[in-house]
Formats: sequence, structure tokens, C-alpha cells
Amino acid sequence: MTGAIDPTLINLTVFVLAVFVGYHVIWNVTPALHTPLMSVTNAISSVIIVGAILAAGAEHVDLGSITGAVAVALAAVNVFGGFLVTQRMLEMFKKKAPKAGRREQ
Amino acid sequence: MTANHVALAYLVASVLFILALKGLSHPETARRGNLFGIVGMLIAVLTTLALTKSVALILAAIVLGGAVGAMVARRVQMTQMPELVAAMHSLVGMAAVLIAFAVVNNPAAFNIPAPMPRGNRLELFIGTFVGAITFSGSIIAFGKLAGLGKHFRLFSSAPVVFKGQHLVNLLLAIVMVGFGVAFFLAGAEGQWMPFIVMTAIAFLLGVLIIIPIGGADMPVVISMLNSYSGWAAAGIGFSLNNTMLIIAGSLVGSSGAILSYIMCRAMNRSFFSVILGGFGAAEGAAAQGAEQKSVRSGSAEDAAYIMANAESVIIVPGYGLAVARAQHAVKEMAQKLIEKGVQVRYAIHPVAGRMPGHMNVLLAEAEVPYDQVFEMEDINSEFGTTDVVLVLGANDVVNPLADQPGSPIYGMPILQAHKARTVLVNKRSMASGYAGLDNPLFYMDKTMMVFGDAKKVVEDLVKAL
Repeated sequence: MTGAIDPTLINLTVFVLAVFVGYHVIWNVTPALHTPLMSVTNAISSVIIVGAILAAGAEHVDLGSITGAVAVALAAVNVFGGFLVTQRMLEMFKKKAPKAGRREQ
Repeated sequence: MTANHVALAYLVASVLFILALKGLSHPETARRGNLFGIVGMLIAVLTTLALTKSVALILAAIVLGGAVGAMVARRVQMTQMPELVAAMHSLVGMAAVLIAFAVVNNPAAFNIPAPMPRGNRLELFIGTFVGAITFSGSIIAFGKLAGLGKHFRLFSSAPVVFKGQHLVNLLLAIVMVGFGVAFFLAGAEGQWMPFIVMTAIAFLLGVLIIIPIGGADMPVVISMLNSYSGWAAAGIGFSLNNTMLIIAGSLVGSSGAILSYIMCRAMNRSFFSVILGGFGAAEGAAAQGAEQKSVRSGSAEDAAYIMANAESVIIVPGYGLAVARAQHAVKEMAQKLIEKGVQVRYAIHPVAGRMPGHMNVLLAEAEVPYDQVFEMEDINSEFGTTDVVLVLGANDVVNPLADQPGSPIYGMPILQAHKARTVLVNKRSMASGYAGLDNPLFYMDKTMMVFGDAKKVVEDLVKAL
């Protein structure tokens, strides 16, 4: 029982705990919002853009950094597209109580 | 900025991502949740940008990609959401593959020692093949959802099956893992060949896995690919030792997995039977053998008369409504009924539409208040005391055969439309639904069919009311 902990083990710990958090948070999402859930998770998984930025930001421009730049562009489509389309959908779910609500009764 | 600062910033971003998903538990908190997500992303990107030496190329790529994303988000029709989401999954998958390529090319740029340690290789292998499968699988799903089957057979919404399909997939998967092992064992020199072959096979597998899955199972497929895109991100996070990526990826992965489970449960199908595919092809023949039974059909005016004289109406929207883009007309019709003192509610089956929650978004777009919209569990007990049910372009989700042992859809939870006093069904024709089954609901004495395009019929209803 000596020596440093393998970083993979720390990653695994984080991973397992995050899956548990995800499990509990997602079950609380109302079914009516499952489509916005998909688009926002799309945007969130595009945080993979940080990996792409590291690749594209290498000191010398080579095949790797160009590949990275392409990945940045692809992920950026999702980051902007995902959050904006989610926003657009959620605006539609805004309560329009005054008119519609009263007429229903 | 030290590595500790970066780790702290990433932690903040991770928490914001969790809060973003938590916000979706209610429509009122959802917009704030989305804002949390945006802030989290901003923190993550800015922190990472601060670490890099040359920013110009990156900013150009962000502006380019961001402009495309923003334009698409603004222009997309709500009926096209499933296609958009599928296309976006494919981008995450491709980004994962490209990043993996860059890591293999120059591990030092990611603070990974060269030659790359075995552990990183294993993680990279997993991230790459999941990413590649996500990419090509999502492209196929996109084609199927966008109805491109006419132009390219692989995009056909009917299952594309061939003999020995599962065996081919299995063999390919084994070969892919074999090359993965070769990549794992290789040094800096011999690593490219196995890496590239493994990625190529994964792309092929993604296509082969999705083509046999039929149109009706699209809600499961799209959720599953959602899940894969998350696991791909997590896999890349492992190989880059980036806990934020692992957290974000796991959140998305479990979200997609739960949605897949919910969709499978709503169709009473096991996940594996969906994945193995072929549903809706062979079984489709069964319905044609059914004997000719008589249905009662009526005009939109008749239907309007019945609804106007009812006390309560439940509207069951299905995919036919989405295709016809009739949601605005439906809202107008409901408004007229409400003005006449009729109680109007909407009943949503979990798999109505082409992706989870699709119907809710379409109704929200038409400004239907969400407190008139009910999920299946909440409204099923109400059908028995309801005067009129109006089924618009839905079929399998109201098929009473689901209660009959021995039928192919036995056990599938359905909306109990047949329990209402009167049932009005709008369909384009008597063609069977995706399950390829006849629907006894259409032949019941209390049922009246109104044939025609959903939008046309609903507009006629509005006029007649």
C-alpha cells in the first residue's frame, strides 16, 4: 500500500460517481421536456471541444493541429446549435397563463 | 494559470452542467438550467483557451462552427428536431475520432508522455470506436429520419436486412477489437495501421448496426446514439485525464441510456430486440391477411358536431400530426371547443413522434398550454369518463390488441382511447401502423373514421365548429 494512486483510478471514481448523479438527475426530468433534454445533452457532450482546442493549439501547425481545428469547428456547431435550439424550444414552454388558462375553466 | 486553477474551473463547469440537467425537471426552471449550461461551457472553453499558445486557428474554427450552429438552430422546424439531434450526435462522434487522431499524432500536446502509456491507449481505443460508431450510425439515423430513403437505400426507413447480418456484425466487432489490441500493444512506430483499420471498421459497424432498425424504433435509436455520444466524450476524457469531460460524458451517457430504457418500456420491447432490428419488415405481412371488416366513416362536419356537443374531449396526437404540421390547426380547433365550454386535454404516449418528447415540443410550438397536455400515466384513467377521443395520426399507441395475449404488441402500454364513449379517428387511409398490425379500435361501433390529411381535416373541423 505505497505509492501514488494511478490517475486512471481517480478517473474511474469520477466516472462512476458521475453516472450515479446522471441517473438520479435524469429520472427527475419531466417527460414533456425529453426533446430539450436531448438537445441540451448534445450541447453538453460537445464540451469535448476542450480536447479539440488542446489539439488545435499545439505550437506547430501540423496534421494533428489541423485535425484539432476541424474538431473544434464540428464541436462548436453543436455547442452553439445545441444550446440555442434548446433555448428556442424552452421559450415555447413558457407559461402563457393569462389568456389560455382562464378560458379553460 | 496553474493546473490546479484549471481543475477548479473545470469543477465549476461540471457542476453547472449538472444544474443544467436538473433544471429540466420543470418547464419553469428549464430556461435557467439552460443558462447554467451555457455558462459552464463558457468557463470550460475560456479556461482551455488560456492554456493554448496559438489561438487564431481555434477562434476561426469556433466562429465558423458557431455561425453554422446558430443558423441551423434558428432555422430548424420543430418537426425536424429528430433529424437535427441525430446530425448533432454525429458531430460529437466525429469530433471524438478527430481528437483521438490528434492524440495519437502528438501526445505531448495533451500532456501525455510519448510514447503513450498503455492505459491511455486503451482509453483512446474505447473513445475512438464509440465515437466512430456514433458518427456513422447517426448519419444513417439522420437519413432515415429526414426521409432520404428515396435517394439512398441505406437511409430507407424500412429495415435494411440481409442474410447473416448479425454474424457479419459480430465478426467485424471481433476484428475491430483485435486491431484495438494491436494498437494497445504497439509502440510509437507500428501504431498507425491498427489505429486506422480499427477506426475504419468502427465506421462500418455504425452503419451496419443502424440500417436494420425500422422507422418505428427511431425514438430508441436516437436515444441510444445520444448515449453513445456521451460515452465517446467520457472515453476521450479518460485518455486526456480530464475529469470535466468524464463527468459531462457520463451525464449524457446515462441520460441517453435512461431515455432508451423509457422508450423501450413504452413499446414493450427489449433493448436487444430493438438493436437486433428487423421489426416492422417481416411482421408487416400479417396485417394484409386480415379479412375485410366494415368501418364507419364520416365527414369533418359530422366530427365537429359530435365534439361540439361533448362535455370533454381528449386529443391523441401521433406522428401523422407531426408530418402534416397540423399542430397549429389543432390548437385553433381546441380553442374553439374551449370557447364552447368543452373541456379539452391532450394525451401523449411516450413514443408519439420520432423522438422522446417530440409531441410535447410540437404542441408547445403551437402555444398549447402545457397544463392541458398529459402524459400517458396521468390521463389513462380519464378515458372511461370522456365523451369524445380524437385520434390524430396515431395508430399503434391506441391499439387495444396490446391487451390481448398472443398479439405481437401484447403488453405494450397504450392510451386507453377505446374506453371513451365516442372515438373519432383521423388517418390518411386504412394502412396499418409501424407494427404492421390491424387496429380493432377502427372497427368498433362507437368509432367514426375521418379520412384525410391531418392538417386538412383539422382545418375543416375548425371551419365547421
